[in-house]
Amino acid sequence: MADYAFISGVKARNEIGESKIIRRVLIGCAIAFLSAVLLFPLVIVFTEGLRKGITFFLNGFTDPDTLAAVRLTLLVAAIAVPFNIVFGVAASWAVTKFNFKGKNLLLTLIDLPFSISPVISGLVYVLLFGAQGWLGPWLRAHHIEIIFAVPGIVLATVFVTFPFVARELIPLMQAQGTAEEEAALTLGASGWHTFFNVTLPNIKWALLYGVLLCNARAMGEFGAVSVVSGHIRGLTDTMPLHIEILYNEYNFAAAFAVASLLAGLALITLILKSLLEWRYAEQLAASKRH
Amino acid sequence: MSVSVSIRNIAKDFGRYPALKGVSLDVAPGELVALLGPSGSGKTTLLRTVAGLEFQDHGEVFFGDINADELTLRERRIGFMFQHYALFKHMTVMDNIAFGLRARPRGTRPTEIQIRSRVLDLLALVQLDGLEARYPAQLSGGQRQRVALARALAIEPRVLLLDEPFGALDAKVRKDLRRWLRELHAKTGHTTLFVTHDQDEAFELADRIAILNQGMIEQVGTPAEILSHPSSPFVSDFIADVSITAVKNPNLTWLRNKGKVTTAA
Repeated sequence: MADYAFISGVKARNEIGESKIIRRVLIGCAIAFLSAVLLFPLVIVFTEGLRKGITFFLNGFTDPDTLAAVRLTLLVAAIAVPFNIVFGVAASWAVTKFNFKGKNLLLTLIDLPFSISPVISGLVYVLLFGAQGWLGPWLRAHHIEIIFAVPGIVLATVFVTFPFVARELIPLMQAQGTAEEEAALTLGASGWHTFFNVTLPNIKWALLYGVLLCNARAMGEFGAVSVVSGHIRGLTDTMPLHIEILYNEYNFAAAFAVASLLAGLALITLILKSLLEWRYAEQLAASKRH
Repeated sequence: MSVSVSIRNIAKDFGRYPALKGVSLDVAPGELVALLGPSGSGKTTLLRTVAGLEFQDHGEVFFGDINADELTLRERRIGFMFQHYALFKHMTVMDNIAFGLRARPRGTRPTEIQIRSRVLDLLALVQLDGLEARYPAQLSGGQRQRVALARALAIEPRVLLLDEPFGALDAKVRKDLRRWLRELHAKTGHTTLFVTHDQDEAFELADRIAILNQGMIEQVGTPAEILSHPSSPFVSDFIADVSITAVKNPNLTWLRNKGKVTTAA
């Protein structure tokens, strides 16, 4: 009996894996690191923004240039995100449901925006569409403005945020295979019917996650947008660019006010995701099983 | 309702590797035929080609006197049961079985009331009454298989094609379901082709067996014909286990009852 008690005592500890001390140290390290690197700076952003009081904080947003920056950022995200949903889903579909030559090349291309510096992606567009660029003279002749205008900002944002949706979907769709789609087709469903009723429900959570990440990045992108924007106040300044300008002008309170708004938008995205996960927890569990 | 299937000289290769090298097979209306062979013999490729999920490089498939190449996947009306069933996991059993009917173009689509009553009939046929609100994850392996079969039957298929119908089930459930499938086939009378690598399964279930090896059919015949006159060393080797049990085991009444064992005892 004594032996049994001893053995079961040992076993109870082993089931959890490590001893209590090691567990506490590990969890403590993780929390300390996250607080120092993520939470603390975020808190600073909000406290700095509110340092001169709530009225000053709110006044920051009555400035027409700031309002224009907020509007532009929302506009760019509203164009870039749907664009990348369509192309991300199409690319993932192509890569996972078909076999074709050049598939690995396509996969590498999808990763390109992750692997090269955003500044370079911006420069590429300047070289292509800028006044001295390849298509510059033709564009000028037709009075089309891309660089130092909204289209350029949208293009740069689309480029930088392209991998988010595709990268979320490809591993999932690879794991799911094509059997359900084939089943739908043999049952007489059309391609669209199959996509909307079989494929989309299977990928909707990964898609949502990809879209939220894509959106957060689209609103926050600095490097590529900075190159193509031209920093025209009230016209081509997005929120991140506007924050930098305010900061460089030693207008710290205003800079942090806009920064806290930008951080707030990102937080709302994350809260939205958590809410949806909480609301549909049951469905989520059901679709992950089996 | 049942229709004959005629496979004429089908050849297909994946890149440099030939999967099928000129396969011909005639299946009579209402017949239950097994495609039996080791893995890599091309049996699943053949089944998928008949279904229209793969395209042959040469040869034709006929349903009755219709060339299947002239039909789209949707017009073929194939009841295909996938190896792991491929049930739509986000849909209830009801929605799974109703899928094919709801996917029809508006003109030929039954009303929702008709669809529901048809699904309930099918559930009764596969003995799953009362489970229409469940999700696939809430079913056992054997129940999933029967939902997959009901889903395939819902579209009133010309032909039933089953890919390793018992492959994903444990031994006990397999035996029960074999008998059940045989009875169901007797009831519905669909022309049926099924793929298996399990000799016992083929010999117990099928009216006729086609034995495949390396992309070619080695022998086609009734179980009794194959047992008594294997046409090649490969066939006699491949069915060795079956032949021995058939001769030695006096309880294999299924063969004798069907009059399929002439040499046994």
